[in-house]
Amino acid sequence: MTNYTLNKTTRRTFLGTLAAFAAAPAFALTSREAEALVGGLVGDINKAIGSGQSEAAMIGDFTRIFGRYGDVPAIARSALGPTARSLSSGELRSYTEAFQGYMGRKYGKRFREFVGGRIEVNGARQAGRFYEVSTTAFLRGESPFEVTFIVSDRSGQDRFVNMLIEGVNLLATERVEITALLDRNRGNVSGLINDLKRAG
Amino acid sequence: MIRFITIAALALLAGCASSPDSTGVNDPYEGLNRSVHSFNKAVDTVALRPVSQVYGTVVPGPVRTGVDNVADNLGLPGAIVNNTLQGDLGAAATNTGRFLVNSTFGFVGLFDVAGELGVPAQDTDFGETLHVWGVGEGPYVERPILGPSTTRDSVGYVVDLFLDPLDAVLSSPESDYRLAARVGELTNTRYRFGDTVDGVLYESADSYAQSRLIYLQNRRFELGIDDPSSSLGPADTDGSLYDELYFE
Repeated sequence: MTNYTLNKTTRRTFLGTLAAFAAAPAFALTSREAEALVGGLVGDINKAIGSGQSEAAMIGDFTRIFGRYGDVPAIARSALGPTARSLSSGELRSYTEAFQGYMGRKYGKRFREFVGGRIEVNGARQAGRFYEVSTTAFLRGESPFEVTFIVSDRSGQDRFVNMLIEGVNLLATERVEITALLDRNRGNVSGLINDLKRAG
Repeated sequence: MIRFITIAALALLAGCASSPDSTGVNDPYEGLNRSVHSFNKAVDTVALRPVSQVYGTVVPGPVRTGVDNVADNLGLPGAIVNNTLQGDLGAAATNTGRFLVNSTFGFVGLFDVAGELGVPAQDTDFGETLHVWGVGEGPYVERPILGPSTTRDSVGYVVDLFLDPLDAVLSSPESDYRLAARVGELTNTRYRFGDTVDGVLYESADSYAQSRLIYLQNRRFELGIDDPSSSLGPADTDGSLYDELYFE
């Protein structure tokens, strides 16, 4: 009987807590916070671009920036698509790690072309379940162009989950790439992971 | 003549009103397109890429920019026709002003004086005019040499060849200079974005699918179309992937 009451109380407390959470706004993240995240991100990017370091150092910088500001597990998993569901947690971990290294090399190399350039944050707005932070990239000898970061706090922390450069969607292009790599390995995930470790 | 071509083009486009798949790619001619892609890639490998490296290394930057500016300036009369056909008189006026300023103060367009004054070009083409008139993009097409396009935009490209008012004015050798400036601009673009283009063509696992997606997304962005292939976050095209990841 006591046991039953206790159970009931525990259950009620649990439900109460759940209800409190449900009543809280679905988005703890505000557009100000989303903008602050991207502000920090472009600040670090600008610093890396301005440093004039070697390619290897730039790649290291970008890999760290990606890990610090991006929701790497979500991006990696989404790039893999439905196949991600069939991976063991160990496989998913090594795939995510290989993916982060590949992204760091692929985009870190590009940074050297941006030397002397800068990115400025324009503002943020809510777009469905995400926040869109609009920025403009000013590169030497180019007309300024638009770069949009998509920010979410679903991971428990404010992180960017996607990026659009003049409409070109990073996640969509990586999904095409990862799918092609997986096809080349006839669906074999360890083959994909090995390829990713060398790619970029 | 122009009207005939326009009507023929619209009739052709009406015949290809198939719709894109969930990822926003409509590519019923994929087999043929892939063959053309291999051909284009081979042309890039043996001609465009090496020539662009020589051009970029031998010709000084300011000269290359001058050639680009001439090509852009000579493209403006055609753009003004399209601005007008789209009913965008503001853009037509801006481009007319640019053309007049750059053709005079900019020494036949060598210098982008208007751009320096904060009046950038409002680039457009007949493909965009067709879009404004309500024509859908149609299937994806990779054209020999000319590269990625859609059915609507390749029809637009051909119509633009006839719409250009400069054709009535320029004769040889000026028209040859114009062609040369265009080739110079293309070569310089290949040079300036060299690593990015190399990345897509030679380092991606499926360069055909990669260039198709990039072209379609960027073109839709230019035209202000809501892009079905461009979901915002990780969740959208794969149902509840994001939700599943965190709330399972």
